[in-house]
Formats: sequence, structure tokens, C-alpha cells
Amino acid sequence: MPLLELREETVGYSGITVLRELELNIEQGERIALVGESGAGKSTLLNLIHTRLGETAALVPQELGLVQALSVFHNVYMGRLHQRSVWRNLRNLLKPAKADVDLVMPVLERLRLEDKIFTSVGELSGGQQQRTAVGRALFHPGDILIADEPVSAVDEHQAREILDAITAEKPTVILAMHDRELAIKFADRLIGIRDGKIALDEAALGMTPNDLDDLYRNSDR
Amino acid sequence: MTVRPEPSPLARTTTTFVGIAILCLTFADVAISTVDPWQEFNRMLLGLVTPDFYATDSVALAIAYTLAFALLGVALANVMGLFLALLFFSRIVRTGCAVVRAVHELFWALIFLQMFGLSPLTGVLAIAIPYSGIIAKVYAEILEEANPAPLKTIPAGTSRASAFIFVRMPDVWAHFRSYSMYRLECGIRSSAVLGFIGLPTLGFHLETAFKEGQYSEVSALLILFYLVIATMRIWMKRPLMPVYLIGAAAILPWGVAFSFSNIGRFLTEDIVPHPLRSGAGMEAFWDWLHMMVVDQAVPGTIATVQLTMIALVATGFLTIVFFPLISPLLLGKASRFCGHMFLVVARSTPEYILAFVLLQLWGPSMLPAIVALTLHNGAIIGHLVGRYTETVTLRQDATTGFNRYFYEVLPRVYRPMLALLFYRWEVIMRETAILGILGIATLGFYVDSAFADLRFDRAMLLIGITALLNIGVDAISRSVRTRLRLQTSLEQQ
Repeated sequence: MPLLELREETVGYSGITVLRELELNIEQGERIALVGESGAGKSTLLNLIHTRLGETAALVPQELGLVQALSVFHNVYMGRLHQRSVWRNLRNLLKPAKADVDLVMPVLERLRLEDKIFTSVGELSGGQQQRTAVGRALFHPGDILIADEPVSAVDEHQAREILDAITAEKPTVILAMHDRELAIKFADRLIGIRDGKIALDEAALGMTPNDLDDLYRNSDR
Repeated sequence: MTVRPEPSPLARTTTTFVGIAILCLTFADVAISTVDPWQEFNRMLLGLVTPDFYATDSVALAIAYTLAFALLGVALANVMGLFLALLFFSRIVRTGCAVVRAVHELFWALIFLQMFGLSPLTGVLAIAIPYSGIIAKVYAEILEEANPAPLKTIPAGTSRASAFIFVRMPDVWAHFRSYSMYRLECGIRSSAVLGFIGLPTLGFHLETAFKEGQYSEVSALLILFYLVIATMRIWMKRPLMPVYLIGAAAILPWGVAFSFSNIGRFLTEDIVPHPLRSGAGMEAFWDWLHMMVVDQAVPGTIATVQLTMIALVATGFLTIVFFPLISPLLLGKASRFCGHMFLVVARSTPEYILAFVLLQLWGPSMLPAIVALTLHNGAIIGHLVGRYTETVTLRQDATTGFNRYFYEVLPRVYRPMLALLFYRWEVIMRETAILGILGIATLGFYVDSAFADLRFDRAMLLIGITALLNIGVDAISRSVRTRLRLQTSLEQQ
């Protein structure tokens, strides 16, 4: 049985239709990259998938959703807020407990943020903030990770490192990416969206970036 | 590698202020001295739910007078304030404005009372003078923050007046209008409180009704007061302004005569320190000054600072309790409606009236003043912070309940909240001094006693010290805000 089955006539928000004739199955253990022009509907599809999967999926939204005034530790720890008692959360907010610092530290080491653990997010660079948001999703106990352009603000080398960390930690991953080459390397399945429809859904193995050209050709609108 | 969490500057400042407040609280008298406070409270509650709108035939007139003083005072202050804002580059104007706004309108009223008696001029000027100083500062800040780009594009040689009217004014007009509306609301509150020192506004009737235990009448007066403030945005329309102003000027009893020789004597003789006036020499003057400082100024200042610090920190605590009441991130529509109602009532009730009521209930101590200042200011800042959360969007998978409050919302609003709180520090101190008139031993207590004994030289000296204290706190607050990089878009609603 698939992890998720989507059968939707139309998807949209506040009266605007963004996606049409949506038919999509997602299996456990798949690594999926969503590709397509900006505005094609990738974020809408990711949000829909996240809503359907609920608590089992960790999310990295495009705008990251970090709390600037809190430290990297706190923002990453937030991935497990729902599993802890309010008292423990409150205690950690005032003074991070050693036990929880020890849990968060390995995640930060993977993302090369260990020396920033107690720096507030507002003082970090764009790339460091993005890695913090990925850290929060990795710390989330769920098996599925959904991320909207999670490596857009880091260089290619770091992008690979982050993607490696993600695939090592989470069995099922669904990402929206604009870097086609990276998408092909990372994913085992590519879903291309064009004009609000799924225009391509193939295994990534053996594909080249040029195979995706159709998705980016000007539509005759 | 060991990394240990460093307390952030915000946390350190918070701890310092909380520590100071706790220290102040341990030395404060917060006892309830009335024999049976709850019995009187029950009678008040009973009166509150049975308002009697026909108790005095003068209720309508009291409301009309309250509005008239507020309208004329705030209108005058707007004209003077705008004019002074244009001259704000001058150090003399800036200092002058700082001095006049450091003296509370009730103190101004006590001064003008000696000069003009119960003439309407006393009430109008008591509002207009300090408000001019406040408005000048705020308008100057608005002008400064306005976009400078258009000024560069106008042709060289354009006169400053034309440039101002065509380029500056359109940009800032909306800000001026919304701020003057807020000021009018403050003016109505101030005007109501002026009744407590004898002007024919709402406070006068409130005080009488309270002292006589006519709580149904109190209830009617308060309900009308809330209605007037709550509906302000409906009846306050610009085209009607001239009508209101002429009406206000027409109903006030200008016939009350005042003598110019009185004014002259007050300004040239009464306020001159007694030893100098009677020619007793400098030595006698120093003795007088020493007596004033040791017996009145120092104890009054200590009590004022003590009460201010307790009230400031308590206001902060109450704010973080109050703002969720109207925050769409935390509560549903129905609960928010109730929250709004509560905050409107709490922030529309002047702290002076709240403190007066609580004093009747609990007897004289610092407690009524602390609770009154905290409730009123907590509701004001809680309202502003709650409104601020409307602009915050959380990520789709943000947690709920207490976790959301502590991790997602509170850290985001903490900085703006501190900014507002420090901004309000000076206001709280001004109010603290004033509450002395009710019998709490802050500076206002000594000022009021001096006026009662007709020792105007002492009163003026103490008012001067109060003003210096406010200016000092304003300076400290500004340096704290700069150091913590706290910014707020003015004190607007």
C-alpha cells in the first residue's frame, strides 16, 4: 500500500486553482524531487502532501519558519516539542538541559553548525539559517521529510553535504529543487510540474538536465 | 569543544530589572489595612451591575465638560505641537518640550488653579501645555522618519514652505491624524481625571459619588465614559471638528473671573522661595533648601522610584499574560472578542481612577497604586503586542498550546514588547508621582500638601524635582533601548 495517494480535481487556496487533475502515489522509502518553474505549483503540492501526512512528516518551508530571537539549539529542539512535556520544554527554554543538548549536538555536527549551537538565529547568515531549519526537520522524529528548496542559500559543496545528511537520516524524502543537476543526483524519482499539472513522473536514473528542458520552455499562455 | 550558553543581553537586562523590582518590593508597604475590604467590594459590585443613569441631573453636563476640555486642549496642543515640531532642530525647543512634558497634566492643573482659579482656561491649558511637548516630539520623529527621497527631486529654489506642504505633509498627514486621534483619547482620560482636583469634569462627580457610596451612580458615569471612548472613531469625523470645537468653547463657563494681580503675584512672589522673598538672606535659603531636600524631596523620590520600578516590571509580567487574549495565533474568534472587551475597559480606565477605587477598598499603602498602574499599562502594552502578533505568520507545522506560546510567539514578541515597556517607563513614573495626590507618599503627595498649605514655593521646587526625575528616566530608558537595539514605531494605537 502506498504511503500516500492523492486524487484531486483541483488544488488551490483562497479561490485560486494552482494544481489540476492531480494523481499521485508516494511509496515508503522514495526519494522524490519536484522540479519545475517557480510559480508552477511545487510549494502548493508540498503543502498538500504535508497536510495529508500530518505529524509523521517534518517540514522545511521555503521561508524556513525560524524564531530569530531563539538560539540554534532551541530552533532545532522545536522539532520534538510535541513529544515533550510543557514543563520540560519550558525548562529548556530558560536553560538548555545537558541531556537535550547532547541529543541536538550530533544533528548540528552533521550540518557543521556545532559551534553556533547557542548563537541566536538572527545573527546567522542565510546559509546557516537554512541549515538550522534542516536541522529542525532532521531532529523531528518522523520518518518523512518534506522540504521546499532546502539548499537554495548554500554553495554546491554544502548542498551535497546537506542532502547526504537528509537521505542518511530520513527514509522518505520529498524535496522541491530548482537545481536540475542536483535533483537528478539526489532523487530516485523526478516529478515535473508545468502549468499546474504533473508533466513528468519518471525514475531519475540515467536522466540528464536537458531531459527536463520541456518543463522550463515558455508555455503559450 | 565545550560551548556553554551565554545569557543574551535581553535576558541579562530582564534579570536586572526583575531583581531591582523584587528589592523595591521587599521594602514596600503593600498591606491591606481596611477592616473588611470584601464587604465594600460586594457593595461596589452590586452598584456596578445596577447603574443609575438618573442619579444626578448633571451626568450629561459632566460628560460634555469632559469632552470640551479634551477637545480644546488637544486641538490647541496639536497646533502648538506641529509648530514646535518644525523647530525641533533647535536645542532650546527640544529642551523646553522635554521640560513641559515631564510635568504631569495634574500638576499643571494645580499650578494653573492658583493663577486662573476654576476658569476653563485652567483645564484647557493643563492639557494643552504638556501635550504640546509630547506631540512636538512625536511629530518631529514622524517627520524625521518620512521618506527623504522626494525632497531631493523638487526643483532647486523651491521655498521651504512649499516644499513642506507639497512633499512632506502628504507623506506624514495620515500618521499625524492617527496620532492625534490617540492623543484625543488620552485627552479625554486626562480631562476626566482633572475633576479630582475640582474642575467640573467626570472625575469630580466620580469622587463625590464614591465618597458618598453611591455606587450605582459611579457605575453610570463609568459606563458613559467607556461608551464615549469606545465610540470615538464613529463620532470623531473631521468635517465635524469645527462644530465640536465651537460647541466646546461655547458650553464652558468662561464667565469665571480671574484677577491679573493674582497671576502676577503668583509668578513673581508666591513661587519665590520663602527665605528669599522675606529677605532672610542666603543662609536661611540654604537651610530651607536643606529641609526641603531631606524631609520631602528625598523620601518622595525614593518612594516614586520604588513604586515605578515595581510597577514597570509587574506591567511586563501582566503584558505577557494579557496579549494572548487578543492574539489570533493563540485564541479563537469568540475568546478574542472577550479579550478585546476586557483590554478596552482596563486601558480606558485612567490609573488615577483605578488607584482611587482600590484605595477606598484596601486602605492606604502602595498596593492600590501598584495594581492600578499595572492593570492600566499592562492592558495598553498587551493590546499593542497582541495587535503586533497579527502580522506574524507561523510555519505550517508549528506546535500548539503552551508550546506554541513559549517557543513560537513569546520569543518573537519579546523584543518589541520590551521596547514598548521601556518607552512607557517615563509615563509610568509620571503617573506614579501623580498618585501621591491620593495619599501614597510619592512626590505628588508632598506637592499636593504644599499646594494645600498655600506654600507654592515648595510646590514648585518639588514639581521641578519631579520633572528632572522624569527627564532622567527618559534618558536612561533611551540608552537602554539603544544598547539593546530596541525600536518601536512610536506609542501609537
